Amino acid sequence: MRKLALSDEILLTVEKPARYIGNEINMVKKDLREVAIRFCMCFPDVYEIGMSHLGIQILYDMLNQRDDTYCERVYSPWPDLDKIMREKDIPLFALETQDSIKDFDFLGITLQYEMCYTNILQILDLSKIPIWAKERGEEDPIVIGGGPCSYNPEPIADFFDIFYIGEGETVYFQMLDLYKEVKASGGTRERFLERAAAEIEGLYIPKYYEADYNEDGTLKRFYPINSYAKEKIKKQVQMDMANTFYPEKPLVPYIKATQDRVVLEIQRGCIRGCRFCQAGMLYRPIRPRDINFLKETARKMLKNTGHEEISLSSLSSSDYNDLQELVYFLIDEFRSQGVNISLPSLRIDAFALDVMSKVQDVKKSSLTFAPEAGSQRLRNVINKGLTEEVILKGAMDAFQSGWNRVKLYFMLGLPTETEEDIEGIAILSDKIAREYYTIPKDQRNGKVNIVSSTSFFVPKPFTPFQWTRMCTSEEFLEKQRFLNGKMKEQLNQKSIKYNWHEAELTLLEGVLARGDRKLCKTIYDVYKAGCMFDSWSEYFHYDIWMETFEKNGINPLFYTARERKEDELFPWDFIDIGVSKKFLWREYENAKQEKVTPNCRQKCAGCGAMIFGGGVCFEGKN
Amino acid sequence: MKVRIKFNKTGSMKFIGHLDVMRYFQKAIRRSGLDIAYSQGFNPHQLISFAAPLGVGLTSDGEYMDMQLNSFFSTKEAMQKLNQEMNDEIRVTNYVALEEGSKNAMSIVAAADYLVSVKDGYVFPENYQQLFEDFLTQKQIIMRKKTKKSEREVDIKPYIYHVAFHEEDFSKKTGQPIKGSVAQQYENGKKIYLQITTGSVINIKPELVIEAFCKFAGIEYEPFAYQLHRLELYGDLHANPKADKEEYIKNRELVTLDSYGHLIEE
Repeated sequence: MRKLALSDEILLTVEKPARYIGNEINMVKKDLREVAIRFCMCFPDVYEIGMSHLGIQILYDMLNQRDDTYCERVYSPWPDLDKIMREKDIPLFALETQDSIKDFDFLGITLQYEMCYTNILQILDLSKIPIWAKERGEEDPIVIGGGPCSYNPEPIADFFDIFYIGEGETVYFQMLDLYKEVKASGGTRERFLERAAAEIEGLYIPKYYEADYNEDGTLKRFYPINSYAKEKIKKQVQMDMANTFYPEKPLVPYIKATQDRVVLEIQRGCIRGCRFCQAGMLYRPIRPRDINFLKETARKMLKNTGHEEISLSSLSSSDYNDLQELVYFLIDEFRSQGVNISLPSLRIDAFALDVMSKVQDVKKSSLTFAPEAGSQRLRNVINKGLTEEVILKGAMDAFQSGWNRVKLYFMLGLPTETEEDIEGIAILSDKIAREYYTIPKDQRNGKVNIVSSTSFFVPKPFTPFQWTRMCTSEEFLEKQRFLNGKMKEQLNQKSIKYNWHEAELTLLEGVLARGDRKLCKTIYDVYKAGCMFDSWSEYFHYDIWMETFEKNGINPLFYTARERKEDELFPWDFIDIGVSKKFLWREYENAKQEKVTPNCRQKCAGCGAMIFGGGVCFEGKN
Repeated sequence: MKVRIKFNKTGSMKFIGHLDVMRYFQKAIRRSGLDIAYSQGFNPHQLISFAAPLGVGLTSDGEYMDMQLNSFFSTKEAMQKLNQEMNDEIRVTNYVALEEGSKNAMSIVAAADYLVSVKDGYVFPENYQQLFEDFLTQKQIIMRKKTKKSEREVDIKPYIYHVAFHEEDFSKKTGQPIKGSVAQQYENGKKIYLQITTGSVINIKPELVIEAFCKFAGIEYEPFAYQLHRLELYGDLHANPKADKEEYIKNRELVTLDSYGHLIEE
């Protein structure tokens, strides 16, 4: 019988024991005697969230294609189990073999959002791996971070041995080969890290760098202190999207994951250039996958998982050139087998409405628009190409086909925002409702139902808004109150529901997003004071964070509510994402002048991503 | 057409709850290529139903699920297709066709066999067999029984049909052989076999019997000390839900749920 790391008693005491037993459908099993490298992939949040992440599924499949490597998984133990593990001194284990993480060669942690940072320390701590990288020895796994937050790894730099800057498909194999080579020749951990720094593009070894600061706290100099370390770390990009790794047999959990469906990534990158969007800059240039590859992969994945739903994933599905062909193929092939098709990030047009009417119950589903800002002026500032006309037309077409639910997403606190812009959110919500009520009563489907949600804008590294000042919590709340008042003044206020986010979590996200190395100590202290699962409101302790900032002499507003100068050296400037800082500044200037920049297919804006030699930059140019 | 499958559940699968086992089967059926029937509408679901939910922590040799198919394979072929999609800890052990209009498994469950094993490392009286015999000589065994709505006192004695401490002895009493059980064995070897009433009319959980025994024997009932394993589920050929409870029990003629159907030849 399969060995489990936790006893029956513990598993029957904790919530959802299936989080910890592994053995899911399509789990990879290997004979440890035939494996040279043990890699544990970690998503530092609860199982149901982590299992929903496509990136891990891709890497799990890719690493396990190597005969010499066994890639396993671990997720954050929920606080109920966390407590028991500490009391009973049980080390954290991987799901596949149920062996201690400490016995692995690598622990790879994906960094999807800033608010998971304390969970990383929980993982290290429960694994009995020293939290500070400099205290690790030959027996400890090499701790490696990757994913979107690794594009500013500095607030967590002291906890990692390596950051992998770029897309997972590119240099992992090179790194594993090097590891084996160094190990075979009796080389040390240090030798491996030095050679990785010197020989493999995209790998950043934080302890080989030092930061000097100006008196005002800004970065003065950031430089390598080890002769093997490179000045700049270049983001690694997978250019050949047709012939790259994609899991044909993704894992199927026993308990319902957040994403309980086949996820088909149709393209990577985005042509739109929204100025607040980090992913839109990080993953340039846009690279579509081949339509035949997608059809074949969809078929295999549905067959191998038994999922009853397939979802297309990309930053902007409507920009995939063969979208119609792909979607109609999926409907024709799989709809009769009871497979549901879900299409997030789709522009509402005739095609979208046709597809939606085929795959959804019109009475129960809703239309989604993300205007992000309430006025055309502010939408120009953020370069969001969606106009009021397009929204109203899309909504009206949908209303006439029987829909009566609309969801709208906005941000508060965008650069240059005025009260008029905020009021615009209420006015636009109301206009959509008014549009609905122009339909004669006997032809409409009851009342219209509009849900408008606002989140708070957090400026991110590698966007044109990386220089911009973020609002304080008080300012955010004031904006929210103002908008709530305006919502109540609208003619159709009874048809509009207004949802908002918490301001305190946003402040923290802002600090960590554009933070520097000085924050490592605070994150450590906050964790030691009992914080983890910060993104779960029931476990978020704002007061502890604030106290700890103060104890460490850190003013959070330095990181958030401060407009940066053009020539300020940023903690993340040592990373080269292809898109140049010059371009980003130019875009920031355009934003302030309310100037729209055309998308990549309309006109090249010279962002710098052409250097990767492919994707949209060369479309139709051969 | 309607078929009934029998399956077992062991090892780490005991931590997967009933609803998740349903999801597991829904996906496994899709992978297997069986021609399952779906309900109509925008969110079609498979026409499947389970006999009696098994609690988290329990293992089983006697789980049943009914499904509606559009076309069918032989027993051998269908079992092969399903078992290719099962993990090592849930296996399909039978597959039979039901007559059109047969009642679904859930509505006919009348009794169940359980094996209660004492887990190693827990204290349980050495003379438990004698104590259990004594326990059963009581006139009444009154326990508080909790349901979703209320809590009331019930005499559970009439609902304990058979008790044994050895497999052969139990088989003799129930007339049902035990073959290839996936129940875990423990070194201490202390076991109690039970046949008790189960189902929608009257439902007695094996835990309740053990709890009552502990009370009788003057030992503390520790929920984690016992591995409960379901061996079989039965329907009652004489079932008459309208009859009063005593009659319901007295006239019973128990048959396993898969004996309501027939094997499908190739």
